Amino acid sequence: MATRHAARVSRRRFLKGAAAGSATLVAAPPVLAEQTPAPARPSAAIPSEQQLQADVGALPSPISARIVEHPGSDFMVDVLKTLNLEFAAQNPGSSFQGLHESIVNYGGNTSPELLTCCHEESAVAIAHGYAKIAGRPMLAILHGNVGLQHASMAIYNAFADRVPAVIIVANTRDATARQPGVNWYHSAVDMASMVRDYVKWDDEPASLGHFAESAVRAYKIAMTPPMAPVVLVADSQLQELPMASPAPRIPKLTLAAPPAGESGAVREAAKLLVAAETPLIVAQRAARTPDGVARLVELADLLQTPVASVAIRGATVSDRMNFPTRHPLCGSGWPGYEPDVTLGLEVQDMSALARSARDRGAKTISISAEELVQKSNYQDFQRMADVDVALAADAEATLPMLIDEVRRQLTADRRRTLEDRRRKLADAHERARDRDREAAAYGWDASPISVARLAAELWAQIKNDDWSLLSWQGFIGRWPYRLWNFDKHHQYIGGQGAGGMGYGLPAAVGAALANKKHGRLSINIQGDGDLNYAPGVLWTAVHHRIPLLTLVHNNGGYHQEVMFVQQMASQRNRGGDRAHIGTTLRDPSIDYAKLAQSYGMYAEGPIAAPGELGPAIARALARVRQGEPALVDVVSQPR
Amino acid sequence: MLALPLIVSTLFSLVAAQSASGTGDAARGKDIYLRYSCYACHGYAGHGGAGPRLVPMRLSLPAFASVVRNPPTMPPYSAKLLSDAQLSDVWRYIRALPEWPPASRIPLLAK
Repeated sequence: MATRHAARVSRRRFLKGAAAGSATLVAAPPVLAEQTPAPARPSAAIPSEQQLQADVGALPSPISARIVEHPGSDFMVDVLKTLNLEFAAQNPGSSFQGLHESIVNYGGNTSPELLTCCHEESAVAIAHGYAKIAGRPMLAILHGNVGLQHASMAIYNAFADRVPAVIIVANTRDATARQPGVNWYHSAVDMASMVRDYVKWDDEPASLGHFAESAVRAYKIAMTPPMAPVVLVADSQLQELPMASPAPRIPKLTLAAPPAGESGAVREAAKLLVAAETPLIVAQRAARTPDGVARLVELADLLQTPVASVAIRGATVSDRMNFPTRHPLCGSGWPGYEPDVTLGLEVQDMSALARSARDRGAKTISISAEELVQKSNYQDFQRMADVDVALAADAEATLPMLIDEVRRQLTADRRRTLEDRRRKLADAHERARDRDREAAAYGWDASPISVARLAAELWAQIKNDDWSLLSWQGFIGRWPYRLWNFDKHHQYIGGQGAGGMGYGLPAAVGAALANKKHGRLSINIQGDGDLNYAPGVLWTAVHHRIPLLTLVHNNGGYHQEVMFVQQMASQRNRGGDRAHIGTTLRDPSIDYAKLAQSYGMYAEGPIAAPGELGPAIARALARVRQGEPALVDVVSQPR
Repeated sequence: MLALPLIVSTLFSLVAAQSASGTGDAARGKDIYLRYSCYACHGYAGHGGAGPRLVPMRLSLPAFASVVRNPPTMPPYSAKLLSDAQLSDVWRYIRALPEWPPASRIPLLAK
């Protein structure tokens, strides 16, 4: 300490002498300087090496000891590259500055490539949407504490939607390594604890070797059905300190085969279905891949069984593209069709279906991996469903066995009988389609624009493309489902999972990014309320050149809540004209076209005249087909 | 035992609604339709949404009033919230809403 103090004093004296000399030179009047012989100038001569050594001790190395050429985060990037993670969605934070720099420079900003997000919730929602199209996780990197807190709702959505995501959260465990002040606010003893209730697995590796094992393990766990997000906590010191040589081994990734149903239970399920007179299949998240759609069509065709296309007795259907909408068996049967056997495929809530069946003496079968991931605190598991046959298994993985068993049990006579059922179901399907078309005609020329017209105008312009609808249909009257021809797995990816708002736009951006390399036309019918949570993702879409058409379903508020408050007021016999308070986004109305334009996006609107909508969509689509995002603000009816 | 007074009261109310309001006033009805968020479930054009379609209005005023006062699923609107005269106005407004052409006459909806 004494030496360092002496050195500081000496440097101060040196600088003081130099400064005094400079001041003298500047202050001397030019005339006087010309007329008077020059005095001896104060010297600020550079000290000799010997003088410096005497003054400050040994000379520092020409290379700073602070330079770390092989930091631990370089190895982390090596690990991430083995997992072939294409993108890393992030909002920058100091706790992962080491990893950030390694990705950009050491990793060349590929696999993963950084996506610049304006909110951590958007980063995870982007990963959520991406995974539903890509069929594999995106990496999201979050700042310690505050970044994870911002992202937590989006993580919960992905968990409830059974979608994989690999999330790295940074931390500084060693208190002596933390900078004073804000760095402490971004550190925790147990970082992942705040989201542990709604991730499938988490770990905080203590070494780089540990990081390698846990990263590969995390990816594998996330991708094994039931899929869900996983969290790895990356210590900032582990990122920034030099890595040891040789580098630790990176384990090989071998994905686990999904759990399929037990053969005896599959046989029992097949027996019930083959014998049923009015069976029904209800599919929620059944098809994980295109093969899932093909297998479900095969089963429905074998059994001549309708596959429900609307929410039925509290059970959500079609949170994925499970079954073609124009297949003659798409529907819930003819009017008055009461199922005697109901097969639920990855249905979150079978309770009302089971209750209704029990009251009629009917049977229910559930094939779902849900029971393999249930936790205690958050109540996403719904009411207890006392079904008759329950298989804790992945539906898509079980379908081939079930199809084989049904085929084995079906006699020729039974097949002929079932053909008659198919004809009746096909007729009911056609009549339901006609009713939907007739219903779409009502309000056709109204302003605000009807959602049915919005869907029809859009469909007319995309039906010959390889399109992909990336937004939930629950808030738009399911009009695309009712009017469009869905027949490919990537054409619909469902909704939020846990109903958390702020999911729509970022999830669409992530899914559109996954669609980009396939050249697909990505479509997002975007609620205005949802858009306002974190609109900065508009900029992310522009910055990363992600082609996506967004039509804002601008109904001027949180419409579901308008109805809820109105219902509450009516039931209490008061204030039926005050439901708009706290639920609407008017006075002033929000100009979404200007908002998008401010982020650099092509945008039009507000469009309130129905006749102007088609041309506006055409202009926006032209931009999307060129590879950029575009937005049209549509002033629309509530639903 | 409570049912009879309720029925009598409802019938009285319906009769009063018809006689007091006459045919109703569509302009006033529109204002009520918007202020009481009828549009929220039935659409600005009465074409439906979360709730059923209202056009073309086939219900008589008494039948309409009966449904609004004591509906099977939608929120109930008592006379304290909406007077009989106001109900008549809303009914008149819905009756005045335009009907729409069939899907077969709309090219985008044609088969």
